[in-house]
Amino acid sequence: MIPVSVRFFGRRALQLVIVVLGIAITNFFLLRLAPGDAAQVLAGEAGSATPEYLAALRKQFGLDQPLPVQFALYLRNLLSLNLGFSFRQGLPVLELIAQRLPATLLLMGTSITFALLVGSAMGVAAARRAGRATDTVISSIALLFYATPVFWTGIMLIVVFSVWLDWLPVGGMTSIERGYTGLAYLKDVAAHLVIPATTLGLFFLAVYTRLMRAAMIDVQQQDFVRTAVAKGLRPGRIAYRHVVRNALLPVLTMLGVQVGAVLGGAVLVETVFSWPGLGRLAFEALFQRDLNLLLGILLCSSVVVVLANAAIDFLYTVLDPRIELS
Amino acid sequence: MKLFRAISFQTSLVARLSVLLAAVAVLPATPACAADGPKRGGTLTAIVQPEPVTLTPAFNTATPTQIVAGNIFDGLVYYDPALKPQPSLATEWKVAEDGLTISFNLRKGVKWHDGKPFSSADVKWSLENVWKTIHPRNKAIFENVATVDTPDDNTIILHLSKPSLPILSVLNAVGAPILPKHLYEGTDILNNAYNNKPVGTGAFVFKEWKKGEYILLERNPDYWEPAKPYLDKVIFRIIPDAAARAAAIEKGEVQYATFNPVSFREVERLAKLPSLKVDTRGYDWLSPVLYLDFNVENQYLKDVRVRQAIAFALDKEALGKVVWYGYGKPAVSPVPTALTAFHDASVPKYPFDLKKAEALLDEAGFRRGPDGVRFTLHHDFLPYGDDYKRTGEYLKQALKRVGIEINIRAQDTAAFIKRVYADRDFDISSSYNGAFPDPQIGVVREYWSGWLGSKTPWTNGSGYRNAEVDGLIQAAAVEGNPKKRTEDFNRFQQIVQRDLPTLPLLELRFFTLHSSALKDVVLQADQSYGSLKNAWFDQAPAQN
Repeated sequence: MIPVSVRFFGRRALQLVIVVLGIAITNFFLLRLAPGDAAQVLAGEAGSATPEYLAALRKQFGLDQPLPVQFALYLRNLLSLNLGFSFRQGLPVLELIAQRLPATLLLMGTSITFALLVGSAMGVAAARRAGRATDTVISSIALLFYATPVFWTGIMLIVVFSVWLDWLPVGGMTSIERGYTGLAYLKDVAAHLVIPATTLGLFFLAVYTRLMRAAMIDVQQQDFVRTAVAKGLRPGRIAYRHVVRNALLPVLTMLGVQVGAVLGGAVLVETVFSWPGLGRLAFEALFQRDLNLLLGILLCSSVVVVLANAAIDFLYTVLDPRIELS
Repeated sequence: MKLFRAISFQTSLVARLSVLLAAVAVLPATPACAADGPKRGGTLTAIVQPEPVTLTPAFNTATPTQIVAGNIFDGLVYYDPALKPQPSLATEWKVAEDGLTISFNLRKGVKWHDGKPFSSADVKWSLENVWKTIHPRNKAIFENVATVDTPDDNTIILHLSKPSLPILSVLNAVGAPILPKHLYEGTDILNNAYNNKPVGTGAFVFKEWKKGEYILLERNPDYWEPAKPYLDKVIFRIIPDAAARAAAIEKGEVQYATFNPVSFREVERLAKLPSLKVDTRGYDWLSPVLYLDFNVENQYLKDVRVRQAIAFALDKEALGKVVWYGYGKPAVSPVPTALTAFHDASVPKYPFDLKKAEALLDEAGFRRGPDGVRFTLHHDFLPYGDDYKRTGEYLKQALKRVGIEINIRAQDTAAFIKRVYADRDFDISSSYNGAFPDPQIGVVREYWSGWLGSKTPWTNGSGYRNAEVDGLIQAAAVEGNPKKRTEDFNRFQQIVQRDLPTLPLLELRFFTLHSSALKDVVLQADQSYGSLKNAWFDQAPAQN
């Protein structure tokens, strides 16, 4: 008899392969529907071109091959875990993704952690005083952040904290050519991280606040909470030990969705803050019709989505023992 | 107090003395007295946007590549504000009377950044393997170079089968880039690893390219021009968002940015700051002209009267003042006024005149319908930002007054190029092109019918075919007599401004924003693509 967890992971691994392959094949044909190709974009940017130049570029990019041949090549590369080559960037796709991934992980990790912690806390506070002034204030603030366009928040924070107060740098991830190492380097990156992470975090925050508030109010009306009250437990203990733990499930689901979007989710913030992340790379690759690169990023994103969902399913069972791996 | 601080910045005794002397001579008549000569040192942070594809200008003529490469590579010449070639790697040159021989004396003792000597062999190799073959703009200009002689390391002689006078207009670092033969010979040039870590002879040495963040150049200590460059380092930062660029420039994190780095509205505000300067010089070598292409196969636009009516219906003065915030001057000919030798001011003109426009449309048989509309056209604007979109909106408003309805279509660059140049599925498109110092380089490609069917971007977009125009273009290309050539180009301008397949709207004035502490930053007609070797900091910027 194979243990449940082994069967769970085995089946999930198989699912992952099928889902990811399906996504990759769909993407390959979907992206080719976009008008124009990489050679036209390059020649367009150059402001001048000759047919010979275009032909040379298409040959270099492999765009002169018929579509079935390109697809066969792509599949062969994919099955040998080779993501291909970005001719526009002059680097292998995997290397490009590896270069940009840490910056994106740092930005998204910080902002989601910030949003999760602060948002949940605000949600708990609002739920415990539901219907009163505190609740109204917190809900309004959350809604305001959610409704404000991310780029506008970003620009305003730059204008206030970088240009007027001169506390923080305008953009980028590090100070160039300062040769910082160790602690000084970390401090430098942290200073660059504050505004972009806050901007993105404020947007996510509202979702957690509202989810947490709704879930708390819902759980508060359950029978076991009434039992706990009847037992004479202190309100604080009921709220944190009984209600919050059970209210975390929908929040966790949301977290899974957002972690899945990590790789491509921060295009706007990365653009406004010149943050050298993957979202910007994907966005630019789309406009440049750099399909190899775009396919590579989308493939990695799909892997992360599938893995994140599996991890969340597993976490459910930890939070709520009634849920079983099946 | 200020004086002491100034002194403490100086390093050499001579410099200290000169500052003291300047201070003693209280209030000299001009601030630029001898004692205030260029100072060494400092790191310049500039903007390059969008991120370049490659750092070698040999096979990519995109602006970002050239902005950076112009600092790493030297040309045979550079262009002074009057667009005259001045010595750089070539110290002297001579064009034979018949135009069939061009010889250059090259500077001695110049070294590539890797220490290998630069010689005539590098120039010969580049001409034969880059300029004549894969360079997108130069192929036509150099194709009549039959043989190249290099009698010694410092002399190169071009023998032409037919004259090609525009050669002398493209010999700067980005127009005719010279690559190191020892690193490129026998390799696949498009895929050579040095394309992204270039080795040049220029004032700055390539150091590092952190993709998505910055490109770092350092002072070339062995540069052939004594004492230059003055700056220790140049950093080109990649800042994709226009508002963030404005903030970085306002704060002083960035001290130099070319090619309209911020919106016109922002520049109006930034221009008032004492710490910043706006400069529209340094773009004459490019001489950009904004124009509309009319699809002459369209059922309405194939009638020349309709094209002329549209020209009369547009108030180019207002377009320049309002839509382009004064950064554009009405164009009368596709050959802009900066090209003094070729511009013909006597071409047919189309002053703003709604009555004439209406009369021409009536005459063409397109009367207003019951709803006041004569016909409807689509307009595809160049997807290079809001300025072109606003130009399209202006077009829509202006043409509505004469009964032409315009539908504006937006798309990204790849789709735009495919639509206009490959599918030819458009009615009116907007675009701009660089005229360059000779009409043959940038202007005639819009009109020559030989491009039709080739699906090549930025060529004949209108679909115009005129045997006489084709003949004039071909004759001028191989004409050795400058006077005769000017006559050919004048005749060309007369015809195309009468037929109007393409309507030149504005001579665009691009702007550069730079810190007021940065001196001698614009000295050349090709400065926007040129080297920053003359630039120096009066007061080093606080490092960001």
